[in-house]
Amino acid sequence: MSKPLKQIHLAAHFPGVNNTTVWSDPRAGSHIEFSSFAHFARTAERAKFDFLFLAEGLRLREQGGKIYDLDVVGRPDTFTVLAALAAVTEHLGLTGTINSTFNEPYEVARQFASLDHLSGGRSAWNVVTSWDAFTGENFRRGGFLPQTERYSRAKEFLATANELFDSWHGDEIVADQATGVFLRDAKAGSFVHTGQHFDIHGQFNVPRSPQGRPVIFQAGDSEEGREFAASSADAIFSRYATLTDGQAFYTDVKNRLAKYGRRHDQLLILPAASFALADTDAEAEELAREVRRQQVSGATAIKHLEFVWNRDLSSYDPEGPLPDIDPDVSDDHISKGRAQVRMYRDPLATAREWRELAAANNWSIRDLVINTGTRQTFVGSPATIARTINDYVQADASDGFILVPHITPGGLDDFADKVVPLLQEQGVFRTEYEGPTLRHHLGLAHPDAVDDRVAS
Amino acid sequence: MSATPASPLHLAVALDGTGWHPASWREQVARPRDLFTAGYWADLVAEAERGLLDFVTFEDGLGLQSSNYGEPDGRTDQVRGRLDAVLTASRIAPLTRHIGLVPTVIATHTEPFHISKAIATLDYVSTGRAGLRVQISARPHEADHFGRRTFPPISLEELRTPAGQERLTDLFDEAADHVEVVRRLWDSWEDDAEIRDVATGRFVDRDKLHYIDFEGRHFSVKGPSITPRPPQGQPLVTALAHQSVPYRLVARQADVGYVTPQDAGDARAIVAEIRAEQEAAGRAGELVHVFGDLVVFLDDEQAAAEDRRARLDALAGEPYTSDARVFAGTPAQLADLLEEFAAEGLTGFRLRPAVAGHDLPAVTRGLVPELQRRGLFRTAYEADTLRGLLGLARPANRYAAA
Repeated sequence: MSKPLKQIHLAAHFPGVNNTTVWSDPRAGSHIEFSSFAHFARTAERAKFDFLFLAEGLRLREQGGKIYDLDVVGRPDTFTVLAALAAVTEHLGLTGTINSTFNEPYEVARQFASLDHLSGGRSAWNVVTSWDAFTGENFRRGGFLPQTERYSRAKEFLATANELFDSWHGDEIVADQATGVFLRDAKAGSFVHTGQHFDIHGQFNVPRSPQGRPVIFQAGDSEEGREFAASSADAIFSRYATLTDGQAFYTDVKNRLAKYGRRHDQLLILPAASFALADTDAEAEELAREVRRQQVSGATAIKHLEFVWNRDLSSYDPEGPLPDIDPDVSDDHISKGRAQVRMYRDPLATAREWRELAAANNWSIRDLVINTGTRQTFVGSPATIARTINDYVQADASDGFILVPHITPGGLDDFADKVVPLLQEQGVFRTEYEGPTLRHHLGLAHPDAVDDRVAS
Repeated sequence: MSATPASPLHLAVALDGTGWHPASWREQVARPRDLFTAGYWADLVAEAERGLLDFVTFEDGLGLQSSNYGEPDGRTDQVRGRLDAVLTASRIAPLTRHIGLVPTVIATHTEPFHISKAIATLDYVSTGRAGLRVQISARPHEADHFGRRTFPPISLEELRTPAGQERLTDLFDEAADHVEVVRRLWDSWEDDAEIRDVATGRFVDRDKLHYIDFEGRHFSVKGPSITPRPPQGQPLVTALAHQSVPYRLVARQADVGYVTPQDAGDARAIVAEIRAEQEAAGRAGELVHVFGDLVVFLDDEQAAAEDRRARLDALAGEPYTSDARVFAGTPAQLADLLEEFAAEGLTGFRLRPAVAGHDLPAVTRGLVPELQRRGLFRTAYEADTLRGLLGLARPANRYAAA
């Protein structure tokens, strides 16, 4: 009962503004200069990756009322970088994270449709939500959206954007110089949307783009997020990269597709994954440990403990024992602009568990943060990593991975040169791009424009 | 700063579709089917850069083009649809080296936070060649695309009434706030804020990151920006202005204002008004360029240019009119006109090619050599940034301790 080998999808996540990114390494370059993005994109394209992935920033993170200064801080604008990368790549998909809370559908749809035209059909949109008033302080409407409504707005935002993408069918521009007919239809781009969050009408002003619509990614992990993905997304950027967690998530989400009338292959599961790659497995293990020490300095360890304790712990020694005092469980959190702190739903229990772990292993604060934090997903020689990635994909832990290197911009170079050829030899990864658009790379159908025009 | 003096005259070209004449797309050279491809725009900007122009602007709008100011016209015989101008400029940036890239942004419905980081990023992508052209929209159908505000019906005639002027003033005040936020955000990181201090583990010196704490009638913005201070410090801010209300915006907030004089006397009066407003705004000592906007039909013979204009008017079914003076003639005649206007205080010109595929090359291959012969235009790019080309220093950061 052997099933056919699945083809692996690989993507490159530009290193982000968290402690995964090691900026203290002498090889670490700029996170802002375009040359870093161009280097990273060219490496991904040389390795025949499906796409490059960019996160977005809407407010600098704060902790204890001060701008968080231990990680990389700052990034360029997502759309603008992707448009420029379209000029230095030919095939690579260009995925941008764009928020559905502090934007309006008409403008975002214009930007994605434009990016799709300017890249010849390579755009993708990772739809994310925010709600907090902290981020809202940078925008016209402030913190206008209750947390409970963020997915309802996101869903309606995406549905509205799709109505705008579909408002042009692709055959309107005649541009017949002899007869003087430019547009076949004076009503091209007409739309009316009336809903809870958006009440808009008029004419969309970007003609239908090569992919029809950008590829849609979803990244949320809540029950609502999973339903949203199952109903509306082409791919999920997930955080379950281990074999068993990945399989559980994969099964859960793929099983939700049927009720929306969708097939298993219409939603790709692509977890974020980091790696420590060296010539031998032993060297890779050593490298992985070293990188974890770099990622969690003493100062970073204290700040990460504060995520759980929700208190100023700056007086504690990172090489010493965990605090005896309990976390502050009040609503106002010491850390602002960071989604990950919401993972600690029961800080008192987490603190208890961590104290026990530290006592049992004789761990300092820094040891604890290193060991309870996220280790590299893949550690090993090129052969080990290639085999593990393939095993996970064939075992339905995912359909591929979005790789997050820890060094900018060269952190993907060795993976491209040493791991990708092994995957290609095994016949599970492309050796050439087979089509011009990101939908081709991902094996997704190009959407048909819904032709709602009345025959006349 | 470059020691080489800036060019005596500055030249920009305004890119809009296949050109500014509504029938321009019907010319053989027009390539109307390529309008929504990157290659089309790359070719135009490469041509402008070949002519050593200071910068190109990209028109934009939050609705379909219309021959009526206040509503869609339902026409199918003219170019309709366009790509986002900021993204088009960014797509071209890696393909060019010297020319400035100045996309239009509409202040009325957009977030200043997003615009600020987008233009800062365009400045990074182009290594110091970015600007913006700020525009307002009073159009009710464009407000309906956003659904956050309702604008009453308006026409160009109504905009000239006192009630219309009041609406315009309001929208321009909002635009001035928008630009103020955009500019403060550009300064919200000091140039040396990123320290990468391995010893202390600090990536930035947070004392060099600044909240802008802007509070206005239409929005409040906290800051700092997510994007560090761009290479030029302050990318170029430009605006088109036809009357006193927008002249004030130019005088208060812009580095370059585009104006539309019909003759030399007109040019003199406009320049005087802007300079007075500039003084009132406390910017008397600052270099603010005032560029004349002209629509151009350029040919080697005046008759050819006039014939072309007539032919296009016939195709369009009506004579072409514009807010700007429409010129049809030879490069030498145009150079004479530019000299005459420059004598009244205009420091440069933004030429709107009637047919992009014809009149842009006519500017770069006809007008530019003519101006060079007269010693009025650069013969090589003399600076690496757009501000440098325009003789504008890289400004000090408003938040940096003196």
